[in-house]
Amino acid sequence: MSILKGKKVVIIGDRDGIPGPAIQACVESAGGEVVFASTECFV
Amino acid sequence: MNSVIKGSGYCLSYTPGLMLHNGSTITTERVVNPDGEFLKEMGKHVRSYEDCVAYWPNQVYIGNADPEELRKVEFPYYDKKFENASRYGKFGEIMPEAEFLLLAQSCDCFEVFYLEKGFVEAHKKELAADPVITEAILNRVTAGSELSEIETLVSNGEAEGLYYENKLVGCVKRAHDIDVNLSAEVMLENLMNKASSVLAILHSLKNAGISPDDVEYVIDCSEEACGDVNQRGGGNFAKAAAEIAGLNNATGSDSRGFCAGPSHAMIEAAALVKAGAFRTVVVIGGGCVPKLGMNGKDHVKKGLPMLEDCLGAFAVIVSENDGKSAEINLDILGRHTVGTGAAPQNVIGSLVADPLERAGLTVNDVDKFSPEMQNADITKPAGAGDVPMANYKMIAALAVKKGWLQKSELASFSEEHGLVGYAPTQGHIPSGVPYVGFAKENIEAGKMNRVMIIGKGSLFLGRMTNLFDGVSFIIQKNTAENEQGAVSEDEVRKLIAKAMKDFAASILDKEAEA
Repeated sequence: MSILKGKKVVIIGDRDGIPGPAIQACVESAGGEVVFASTECFV
Repeated sequence: MNSVIKGSGYCLSYTPGLMLHNGSTITTERVVNPDGEFLKEMGKHVRSYEDCVAYWPNQVYIGNADPEELRKVEFPYYDKKFENASRYGKFGEIMPEAEFLLLAQSCDCFEVFYLEKGFVEAHKKELAADPVITEAILNRVTAGSELSEIETLVSNGEAEGLYYENKLVGCVKRAHDIDVNLSAEVMLENLMNKASSVLAILHSLKNAGISPDDVEYVIDCSEEACGDVNQRGGGNFAKAAAEIAGLNNATGSDSRGFCAGPSHAMIEAAALVKAGAFRTVVVIGGGCVPKLGMNGKDHVKKGLPMLEDCLGAFAVIVSENDGKSAEINLDILGRHTVGTGAAPQNVIGSLVADPLERAGLTVNDVDKFSPEMQNADITKPAGAGDVPMANYKMIAALAVKKGWLQKSELASFSEEHGLVGYAPTQGHIPSGVPYVGFAKENIEAGKMNRVMIIGKGSLFLGRMTNLFDGVSFIIQKNTAENEQGAVSEDEVRKLIAKAMKDFAASILDKEAEA
């Protein structure tokens, strides 16, 4: 999990996959800094 | 008693002219990259009407093959042909472009839709030959205008041109000089949406075998908005389409929720009928012009035909329980609430697992799940993957977590309880509802007991909330007979009264004996 520690992270989630806020929660728990997170619709 | 699915209509309108001139990917490209390769090349990637009709997913959409038959077709689909493909199917049709433009003209109530005289003359008979097109609709098609008048309106920026086989054949004029809500672009989008809805309504009436006069309410769940500067989403597409379709006894309203709109509207329709407010309600969703050619850049880059060349539309008729049709069970509703959150297990839990658990069921009790039914032939080349499959993987994973499935059953779940996508990428059109027609048939034929329809909507696109949304409902075998077999409240009263009478009589007898 340390691969994200101290890193700045940009998140683009997928409505029909893993939404942005869910990825954000994981990244933050792994010590990453989320600079942008959103969920997009690809259809 | 639960309300039932009485019939449904599923239609496609082949509109490559609209795709090449009005699709949002193309209009955006004209602004940001006017000299780019895509705009130069796209014309070479338009498939013929015959190829569009012979396209497997389209034949499934109008009901000429079950989605299970599509599963057996080798992927990709665009280079395979459906043998003996037909314009008409049991649920609807694939209308050619010229006829559709005439139908759209018949939907114009404000003299903004112009077609050239010769074009109308050449194609009116073709539209008249369509078995669902009424005399009243044909009478609304005007004789047409001079081409010079249309050219002037387009060249001075008052109208959006309409093109057939790359020639200007008509235009849609703005409905106000300065109000952007009534601009030519908006009027064009809304009239095309309305026309495609009308076509689906007419097919749904035929499929259900009911009269237009039987319909009492219409709910439109498209993603367009009509109104003016003071009420830009005032509506009402439902009543506007009902008027042209000849539903003289109907009123209606619009329901919105992005792609989740159809599932919300179906639940609303079922509730209105079950409550006794209206006996027959039609849920309609019309086509979306901006989404034509939406993934076209990727299709062209990969040498494929531009597969998003059709406006999609559907209409589902919900009515009072007739004792035999498949019914909507309002006791098993899935709902993604404000507090549900975005974690995938919460999302799928709220839409699938929670409602089933409340009813004492598991995923194994549902024969088929119909979530987002986008055709992977369109989405995969564009990098969006296989959307139905992504949904089945999430449902199966949650089912394993719940102990309803073994890990080893993960792979087979999508085949046994899922479907392959076959619907056009028209936003709300592929969202759950494409399978309602097949679900009704399979349930009534005794092949299935329950089907879950799942709708999801990307509310965040409207920039009012970061939330997304979703609802689900179950279509099941008719249970009216069981309900009739049960003891009614009236009968219970009679039984109690009789028991009390007997008891009183026995006391009197005992007193007399004493």
